[in-house]
Amino acid sequence: MTAPTQTLAALTSGIATNGITVVDLTNTLSPDFPVIVLPSEFGQCEPFRMETVSRYDGTGPAWYWNNISMNEHTGTHFDAPAHWITGKDVPNGTVDTLPPADFIHPAVVVDISAESAADEDFILTREFLEKWEARNGPIPPRHWVLLRTDWHKRVGTLSYLNLKDDGAHSPGPDAGAMRFLVHERDCVGLGVETVGTDAGQASHFEEPLPAHAILHGNGRYGLQCLTNIDQLPTFGAVIIATPLKIQGGSGSPLRVIALVPGG
Amino acid sequence: MSLRPKPEKRDPLARKVERHVPPGQRSRAAHALAARAATGRFVLQQCADCQAVTYPPRDVCPQCWGDLVWQDQPRGATLLAETTIRATTDLYFRQLLPWRIGTVALDAGPTAIAHLSPTLAVGARAEIRLMLDKGGNAALFALAAGETPDMTDTQWREFVVPVRGSTVLVTDAGHPVGRAVVEALKAAGAASIVAGIAPPATAPAIEGVRFVSLDLTDTRSVSECLTDIAGPLDIVVNTARFVRPGQGLLDQKRALDVGVLGLLRLTQGCGPMLRGRPSAAFVDVISATALAPDAAYPAFSAAEAARLSLLHSFRHEMRGANARVISLLVGAVDDADHQSVPLPKVAPARIGKGVVEALEQGLETHCIGDTATEAMQRWSADPALFIRENSL
Repeated sequence: MTAPTQTLAALTSGIATNGITVVDLTNTLSPDFPVIVLPSEFGQCEPFRMETVSRYDGTGPAWYWNNISMNEHTGTHFDAPAHWITGKDVPNGTVDTLPPADFIHPAVVVDISAESAADEDFILTREFLEKWEARNGPIPPRHWVLLRTDWHKRVGTLSYLNLKDDGAHSPGPDAGAMRFLVHERDCVGLGVETVGTDAGQASHFEEPLPAHAILHGNGRYGLQCLTNIDQLPTFGAVIIATPLKIQGGSGSPLRVIALVPGG
Repeated sequence: MSLRPKPEKRDPLARKVERHVPPGQRSRAAHALAARAATGRFVLQQCADCQAVTYPPRDVCPQCWGDLVWQDQPRGATLLAETTIRATTDLYFRQLLPWRIGTVALDAGPTAIAHLSPTLAVGARAEIRLMLDKGGNAALFALAAGETPDMTDTQWREFVVPVRGSTVLVTDAGHPVGRAVVEALKAAGAASIVAGIAPPATAPAIEGVRFVSLDLTDTRSVSECLTDIAGPLDIVVNTARFVRPGQGLLDQKRALDVGVLGLLRLTQGCGPMLRGRPSAAFVDVISATALAPDAAYPAFSAAEAARLSLLHSFRHEMRGANARVISLLVGAVDDADHQSVPLPKVAPARIGKGVVEALEQGLETHCIGDTATEAMQRWSADPALFIRENSL
């Protein structure tokens, strides 16, 4: 037996014997799952829609199926580099051309749930991350950085998008934090529970929408609308995120799972 | 807070009352009269040669065989004789007996048979209304001169849709038009108002109004909203539309999804609920651009035209089901969607009032405001010319 074969065998038997737990990080794709709302001068994201073609009836006596439609960025979804203008020239920057090896990466969880509960507009800074590293150890290279905000607990309520008179209010990183994660920690991407990798008010930042601009400009990815991040350890989980192979697609709804050591 | 209307008093074991519609077979000329009655006008045929007014509708002048043209007529009349019908072979009227009719001498000339207001006595002056019956045919109804119709009169109620005591659903109640309709129906005495609002918009607080989530672009949302109403539903007012200038493909798609497919989702869902109610109506607030496009709003105009077409089909479908389908035509609304449109614009509150007027006056097509009224007149007179003048 070769070593890779043993590794894979150990993985599958670990899952089978509950030594490795599979955690579903995906929200259910439904018509009422909120989508990002942009200012009215911009085009809008279409929500998930489903029309029944047949359900064991006259239009299909023995089968049930639906037509579905949605935006590439509806529900739990993946942002490819081409999603942002900064990433428009990144090679293999659309979902159909991404290197398949990038579909599987380890993750580190940064818990900002207490800060986000105290301040809906909590901004993750480089300073915060450095202090976090002092307590938890360095963020390893080629990891997904997952921000735990517990925002998934707001799904099903208007406080998930948290739209107010002056726009959305939700936590996210500033440009300093993003440069630190991308250039100094070589992250694979940023995964969040909110509807966007950027904070709700990030269009008003001095460097607007820094997560999108810096991640995608450097060929990194985004994962949005995740759930169950609170079930992951700080270190040690492996993320499997395989976007749909949409020709020239800027992103895609997908099923995101985490492999977690321990039953 | 429960706002469900009190259940109707009905023996739960009794066989459901099946509803019928009045006799339907009519001549082409009678259809022409019905098309005019739908707008609330009192028109009769007048001979172009001898000027004699004729009723009932005919193909040629019975006096001189001259050509007949439709003319608005004075509403005055005198009741000559009356009788009360106590037996009939007609299934529709059989359920409504006794029924009072009479002979009226119209100021316009002819003598006609009319349905009578209970307050109208023989020899008294009357005011004639040209109404649509539940079969969609025109009939004369004689009120006492100066009388405000009594919405509790069982005969009058057969020609109108009373708001008082009804359960109503209003779509897009977060928009100023929907909200104004809610306010108007509330003021008119609707017993239960369910107001649909599409998330993530939030519901305003209006006393006595139940706000529910309703997004016409989502089949499941429509079905869940109607399930939530569950009980009897008498009146549905659809105010939802998507108004954007230009013809961007995504905007066109959305205009069709909200205005056309949304209407279809709604009618397919609520049609069976309206069917068989003693007095039911579906009101669609529709732009006059359905008649002739506004070139500044091509995508929206196309959606509204499609919607007008769908409404006709829905009217046909509901004709045998005792439910009235009303097209409420409006010009540019004084709202955020029409900021760049020059005046005159119609106020949302006027539209709300128009909904109640159409229901309680028994109209099927009602134009609200000067723009829509003029559009309908010009379109009726010469559609090809109106379309050219409007946008070429």
